[in-house]
Amino acid sequence: MNDSNHVSSVDFLKNLRGFRELGLVVFIVSISLLIGARNPRFLTWGNLHDMLLDTSILSILAIGMMLVLVTGGIDLSAESGIALTGMIVGLTLIRYPQIPAVLTLFMGMALGAGFGAITGAIVAGGRVIPIIATLGMMYVYRGLTFIVSGGRWVNAYEMPDDFKAMATGRLLGFSNLILIAIVVYIVFTYFINHTETGRQIFAVGSNREAARIIGIRTNRIIWLVYTLSGALYGLAGVMWIARYASAQSDSASGYVFTIVAACVLGGVAITGGVGSISGILLGSITIGIINNALPMIRVSPFWRTALTGAIILIAVIVNIAITRNIERKALLQRKI
Amino acid sequence: MLQKILIVILSCFLLIGMFSMSAYADEYVIALVVKNVGNPFFDAVARGGQDACDDLGHTLIFQGPPTPTVEGQIEIIENLIAQRVDAICVSANDYDALVPVMQRAMDAGILAISFDSGIHPDGRLLHINQADFELIGRLQVQAIAEMIDFEGEIAVLSAGATMTNQNIWIEWMQEELKEPEYENMELVTIVYGDDLRDKSYNEAMGLFKSYPDLRGIISPTTVGIGATGKAITDAGLIGQVQLTGLGLPSEMAEWIQNGACQAMFLWNPVDLGYLTTYVAGLLLDGEISGAVGEEFAAGRMGEKVVTEAEDGGIEVLLGPPFRFDASNIDEWKDVY
Repeated sequence: MNDSNHVSSVDFLKNLRGFRELGLVVFIVSISLLIGARNPRFLTWGNLHDMLLDTSILSILAIGMMLVLVTGGIDLSAESGIALTGMIVGLTLIRYPQIPAVLTLFMGMALGAGFGAITGAIVAGGRVIPIIATLGMMYVYRGLTFIVSGGRWVNAYEMPDDFKAMATGRLLGFSNLILIAIVVYIVFTYFINHTETGRQIFAVGSNREAARIIGIRTNRIIWLVYTLSGALYGLAGVMWIARYASAQSDSASGYVFTIVAACVLGGVAITGGVGSISGILLGSITIGIINNALPMIRVSPFWRTALTGAIILIAVIVNIAITRNIERKALLQRKI
Repeated sequence: MLQKILIVILSCFLLIGMFSMSAYADEYVIALVVKNVGNPFFDAVARGGQDACDDLGHTLIFQGPPTPTVEGQIEIIENLIAQRVDAICVSANDYDALVPVMQRAMDAGILAISFDSGIHPDGRLLHINQADFELIGRLQVQAIAEMIDFEGEIAVLSAGATMTNQNIWIEWMQEELKEPEYENMELVTIVYGDDLRDKSYNEAMGLFKSYPDLRGIISPTTVGIGATGKAITDAGLIGQVQLTGLGLPSEMAEWIQNGACQAMFLWNPVDLGYLTTYVAGLLLDGEISGAVGEEFAAGRMGEKVVTEAEDGGIEVLLGPPFRFDASNIDEWKDVY
């Protein structure tokens, strides 16, 4: 922003006062231009679409993780949940290839919600601290993945064609997976911002004791967020195996860090109470750019690993700096 | 009457004696210890081992830790020493770490053999090598060269940057590329998918975009070649970008049938298990001594020879890897 449009940009920023994620937008645009300068193919529609496609699964997982993080918890079992639901759905498809692809999505959600409900019951009912409860369930679900599959993989040729086509097909120029993510985002934007339960999640996360005193059933809310997280990782698990046309027992190992990183980049507070749908969407896109853009710039893979970390840190710092700047300007212009 | 009873009792003793004699004379217990159980590759190894034991009249024990760890293998080998098995054949999770426990096994009079992934010569009598590194490396370059008519850019998509097998193969690929017939081919880059499906897929996609003239990819790792097959298919580059490497037939069936990969290689794990167990059996029977240069008949595997290994120990080579293409993939995709 230069001086000539300084005045109008201040007005613009005033409107954006609540938009904490402006820093991320600035970061996304600048890193895209930088990478585009190095490899012009990065800024083509085709590549942009590939990137969104890659972000679709992550962004869905980020919603579930955000809901849990907002209550001050964390769901480490998400990554095993992806593998377990993916594997169960994959194995089911071998036996019943006639199941319509759309139905598998709901099947994944139902299975995932079941697993999430168990995790939630342990956290809410058993009063086990979330990081330990979900760490335990992470291993339980991973182990179950090996048990149900007997260690075997579900391979591309064993999956029905319409299932694989679900991940590659397009509607109105957009991949089906992106459209699924958009639908999920619309539903959850409404749920979080416009329903009583949605707001109660934030109330519980901001101040659990106060929430309890005003009559919110906090345990029920906590159980609910893990169940929702489960439903979303179940959905993501099905999308995962459709996208890569393979279900492996060790699918998504270590992926939980990527999900948490997307949330934290998107401004979700790990201590609970703070988080927004627009933030995690941008956080996921940032991670998507890092994952997709770095293989496209011709630098050594070892430098790329170091760059990944550096870019995440720079993104967080830019975001904090710009958010502070906006808040400071907003304070200066406040009528006293 | 008394005589009759005595005769019956005596003959019983005789019978028992005969059975136990025969058990001690030539029926040995051979243990196969693999990197981890629940891996289709090692399940096939176990089938081959069982065949060899059936042929020789020995008993097979098949064991491995649930995840590929050194600790798990050490625990299993210690138990096998306590059980006084006659031979331990191990596919090691670490080249050096199993040496002490395998030395204890040898001190206890147990035959120590490594196969697939070897251990240091100090901890083994001999190694059963699937095929020598040089051959595997060179073969993959020859295959991709034929597919692209010895002309154009190629790339390598490997597993982890630190993985010994892959790195040695890649060194031999580079060696092969120095031959005059490859003067119009160029290895433009080596990227690492870390044997993660999502990362390998993104790396392949990145290759297409950063090297628009790319003609071929060699991926000497099962997850990498599978993910690349999917990526070539999704990007609509079948025929334009060729693919070869080392892959599992079950996973590659889809990509071989749709033309994304014309041919790929893997040693036959059933044969590997068979040869390993057969050689162990021959050594136990005293049929062979394991001296360098010794030639012997290894059952259905035909004539084999004991040779000096690259690491200074001795080994038996399984032979050239098996080539999978559209003509034979159907019969192999259900095997492993």
